[in-house]
Amino acid sequence: MSTFVEILKAIGLAVLIFTFLAVVGAMYGVYLERKISGWIQVRYGPMHVGRWGLLQTIADTIKLLQKEHITPRRADVMIFNTAPIIVAVAGLLDWVVIPFGTGFGRYLVVRDINIGVVYFAAMASLTVIGILTAGWASNNKYALLGGLRSASQMISYEIPLALGLLWAAMIAGTLSTVGIVEAQRGGWFLFKVPPLGFLAALLFLAAATAEVNRVPFDLPEAESELVAGYFAEYTGMRFALFQLGEYAEMYAMSAMAAILFLGGWLEPNMPQWVWALLGIGALAMAAFIRFSVLRQVMLVRPILALAVLGAVICGLMVLGIGLGRTPVLPSIVWFFIKLFALVFFLMWMRWTYPRLRLDQLLNLSWKVLLPVGLLNILLTGLLLTVAQ
Amino acid sequence: MTVGLTHYLVVSTLLFCLGLYGVLTRRNAVAILMGIELMLNAGNINLVAFNRYVAPGAVNGHVFALVVITLAACEAAVGLALVMAAYRSLETVHVDEINVMKW
Amino acid sequence: MGELAAFIVLSLVILIPAVIVVTSRNIVRSALSLVPTFLGVTGFYIMLQAEFVAGIQVLIYAGAITVLILFVIMLTEGGSGVDVRQMNEQVPLGATAALWLAFLILVVLFRTQWPAASGQPPAYNAATIGSAFLSSYVLIFEVTSLVLLLSLIGAIVIARREE
Repeated sequence: MSTFVEILKAIGLAVLIFTFLAVVGAMYGVYLERKISGWIQVRYGPMHVGRWGLLQTIADTIKLLQKEHITPRRADVMIFNTAPIIVAVAGLLDWVVIPFGTGFGRYLVVRDINIGVVYFAAMASLTVIGILTAGWASNNKYALLGGLRSASQMISYEIPLALGLLWAAMIAGTLSTVGIVEAQRGGWFLFKVPPLGFLAALLFLAAATAEVNRVPFDLPEAESELVAGYFAEYTGMRFALFQLGEYAEMYAMSAMAAILFLGGWLEPNMPQWVWALLGIGALAMAAFIRFSVLRQVMLVRPILALAVLGAVICGLMVLGIGLGRTPVLPSIVWFFIKLFALVFFLMWMRWTYPRLRLDQLLNLSWKVLLPVGLLNILLTGLLLTVAQ
Repeated sequence: MTVGLTHYLVVSTLLFCLGLYGVLTRRNAVAILMGIELMLNAGNINLVAFNRYVAPGAVNGHVFALVVITLAACEAAVGLALVMAAYRSLETVHVDEINVMKW
Repeated sequence: MGELAAFIVLSLVILIPAVIVVTSRNIVRSALSLVPTFLGVTGFYIMLQAEFVAGIQVLIYAGAITVLILFVIMLTEGGSGVDVRQMNEQVPLGATAALWLAFLILVVLFRTQWPAASGQPPAYNAATIGSAFLSSYVLIFEVTSLVLLLSLIGAIVIARREE
């Protein structure tokens, strides 16, 4: 009887992950990306469908769903159809080990697997098979080239990714994601062993950007180079599945970076006067923007909104610490703040750097990131042993 | 009935023999390597099953299985490099056509 | 009961794609059927309470070795999708040999008295394996890393284009 209940629970959780992450997360992730890209490029993003374009992604999804399913002639149909499923499912399975916080007396994680970090790296490496078969099954030279390039890029960057994950696991002493966050109660890993923490975080972020095929590492799917690369022949819902997998994996990588280096769902424990100072600074910036000529500059209005939000959070923190509550804000709030900060950083990088050529990309991975990652682990191990 | 040691050993035997059949009867060199990978996996299942059912307190079987996985990766890499080099000079990957050194 | 059902499902997931691997006429399909086999073996490891080995199995076998095999298939002539004859002329002999070996091993299996279990599984699998690698099995660890280095260099040298 209890196995039946377990199976029902597993199915329920799978449906929850898929609907929540796919429908809400990926769709609004795409909306967020379009708005932020617009802001960086000094233009409005989607504005017409719904207030501030909020319903834009729903409209896009409906459009994609009603497109015709085209299968190329002489393509291997079974493999052609299963490739997007592999990419989407592997991108969503990453989320099983990511803890969102604490609440209702337990950790808010689907399953705290005690090899969580290894599981994460394993799911990230399953997407490569989907991409490679998508490229081959399309019976199209450009798709095949894009698939081979993307696969070689992704397997090259799995190693720095794993080295970044191992660095954090080494310092925390455990492979479980909840354990790594709990080990950061004394200070975020970003600031541990001062230059090496930053180095490991940069390494992980670079590898994560390459793993999800984002600029500056998006040669395999660059429109100007390879006509969308490995998913050139996919239309309609299967194309949407590829995008879903890619966005889900990008958010999962940002969530993992927040967990490994920024303390996950832990509140930054700074004294009250620091929060008060930050709050006053945010209020001053908001007032300056609101009441000066900058108010009319379109580019600056999101900064106004963010400054007001920051002031509100700092005010709440000051109040809460004054009242003696720890932690002040619920842990989910902190997790999402860090997640979206990293996602914004990834999107910012997209419009700042030019695209790397394939050999520059692979050189960066094998000749720069791999030795740096290994040196990082070596030095950190030495310092940790000596410091004991 | 509970799952015992013999269940796992039967499955690993069948997997091993399927891999052996693949190695003996396929023409493509890469397909032979795939059969070898199946045989190595069967051996690994045996090791881990024995660890769990005979000596669960130790991790000898797990260590052995990890070493076997690592060596399988090495051997696949070198074997596939050989296949690529052979294809480049002999224009074929079918092992029954590579008979340049026969009398 | 649940465990038996899981075992049967995982055995089918392992054995049926394995049959496809060794008999398919399309070599890309047989390479792709390796993935469910490896994932089924991962399921077996999880049922046998070997989580770390399961994680490493997915990471290396399904994530790296399969990709390597697919790369080589696509870069040699097998990737053209044309159905050539894949089985050589030893099929009856090979089948007989494999069946006879299976029969022998199964007979030996069912007639042996396996020793009973003694001891409790360690609390944290990965930590125990890690300390085992660095204490009792350190020599194996070092030699394996040397073998990895040698095979890395060897593969690059062999597959390099002569210029």
